[in-house]
Amino acid sequence: MRKLSRWLMDGVAVFVLAYLFLPIFVIVLYSFNKPAGKFNFVWKAFSLDAWKNPFAYEALYESMKLSLRVAALSTAVATVFGTLIALALTRYRFRGSGVVNLLLVLPLTTPEVVLGSSLLSLFLDINTRTGFGTIVIAHIMFSVSYVALTVRARIRGFDWTLEEAAMDLGATPFRVFFKVTLPIIAPGIVAAAMLAFALSLDDFIITLFNAGNRITYPLYVYGARRAAFPPQINVLATAILLVSLLALGATVLWQHRTLRQRGMAVTPLA
Amino acid sequence: MAGTASGGSRRSRLAPYLLVAPGMLWLVVFFVIPTITLAQTSLSGPEGGWTAYHRALTNYGVHFFRSFRYALAATLIALAMGYPLAYFIAFRSGKLKNLLLGLVVLPFFTTFLVRTFAWKTILNDGGPAVWLLHSLRLLGDGGRLLDTTIAVVGGLTYNFLPFMILPIYVSLEKIDRRLVEAAEDLYSTPMAAFRKVVLPLSLPGVFAGSLLTFIPAMGDFINAQLLGSPNQQMIGTVIQNQFLEVRDYPLAASLSFVLMAVITIGVLAYARVLGTEDLA
Repeated sequence: MRKLSRWLMDGVAVFVLAYLFLPIFVIVLYSFNKPAGKFNFVWKAFSLDAWKNPFAYEALYESMKLSLRVAALSTAVATVFGTLIALALTRYRFRGSGVVNLLLVLPLTTPEVVLGSSLLSLFLDINTRTGFGTIVIAHIMFSVSYVALTVRARIRGFDWTLEEAAMDLGATPFRVFFKVTLPIIAPGIVAAAMLAFALSLDDFIITLFNAGNRITYPLYVYGARRAAFPPQINVLATAILLVSLLALGATVLWQHRTLRQRGMAVTPLA
Repeated sequence: MAGTASGGSRRSRLAPYLLVAPGMLWLVVFFVIPTITLAQTSLSGPEGGWTAYHRALTNYGVHFFRSFRYALAATLIALAMGYPLAYFIAFRSGKLKNLLLGLVVLPFFTTFLVRTFAWKTILNDGGPAVWLLHSLRLLGDGGRLLDTTIAVVGGLTYNFLPFMILPIYVSLEKIDRRLVEAAEDLYSTPMAAFRKVVLPLSLPGVFAGSLLTFIPAMGDFINAQLLGSPNQQMIGTVIQNQFLEVRDYPLAASLSFVLMAVITIGVLAYARVLGTEDLA
């Protein structure tokens, strides 16, 4: 009985992992397809054509550039805003922190279609044309919560007396922030920024409402179901996957290293 | 910057408010105020008052119910699939733990839409899944997977499964292993130890995971649009369509508002029980 239930649980676990992995496999596989028609949905023959010529479709290339610009800009702003909130919530007890917490969680528990449509109704109300600016505004809005909560989770429980030690040794508050506080919270900030960047690059629903006539990469993919779905879409999706995996691997290594270094530097103090 | 050291000074009492100000201002202007605008828009129809809500509920009640059913089904299936995997990773994966966690979040690294199109490829007529089910005689001649409820619920389950697995994993990981050992020392069967010790302690993760799956699934329209037929249309499609194509803003806004109101009441009730911190 005991063996059976264990075996069953392991079986389900392996099955679920395969289920999670299957579409990813299909995306990568079909980037090497040479489709019969305009739609890359049926396997025909192996080919490197799409990889040799990833930017064959001008509009696809432009949409990717737009997505990267939006992601860079919104991540930069949201990371600063979110980190400041996380610092306030972990370093200080203050009246109204409950409201701040609630306001951070609510956008995460609101369906995207509601976030997108309510922003659009604001822009319609004040006669703002939707476009690049409104996409960035929307992306900052939904990223701030993710950044604040990620950074807060990472820096909670850190030994803040190090700041006092630096002050006691005569450092100015400015110097304390850049020499002590920032290095401590940096890994959390980097993780949060990567999350915000990935979310922005991937966002479809909120962007659909607020993009006007601009076309981001997900919007291009959405439109592609009508006209043509070239394997270049899969090539770019695979490229995003590879770059994210490399970035993730690099940050994990970097965090291990900084943790080790800090371990050595901090112990003599304690 | 250094608040705790100089506790009572005026500057440090102001400091947290200055730190939260830019982000909170952004959320007020682009989240709170739009919600108010949405409410106003919903009440601004030519006939005025609550007529838009009346139309929303009488004409699209079926879409609300369908979205609710699909989201609930996806949440339950994700729980049934996600719990064993989270348990496996937390208790039995040994050195493979980080690798398996990486595999769970791997789907996030590819574009949501491309992932859903990959499911379209898999479930297509003449595609591998239909062929397999045909060979096993589980699907009759001319039987399809695409454009069915199964495809839509399967797609929803897939997209939000990691949101179910990760919170459950976190709550399982926190459990003190000695509690399980103690139960076994006291002659509890593994099943009883699981039911009386592990399961209750993992419930916060189950609650959080269920919400994080149910809410986005309820508002989603991509899976229904790409993997389903008009018979599987969800409320998200209607809202999107009314806002961007038909441009009946009062109706579209009232639909959004009903969707949000239903979900917010549920979340607030939940937050009262468990505290907002567990949600993150």
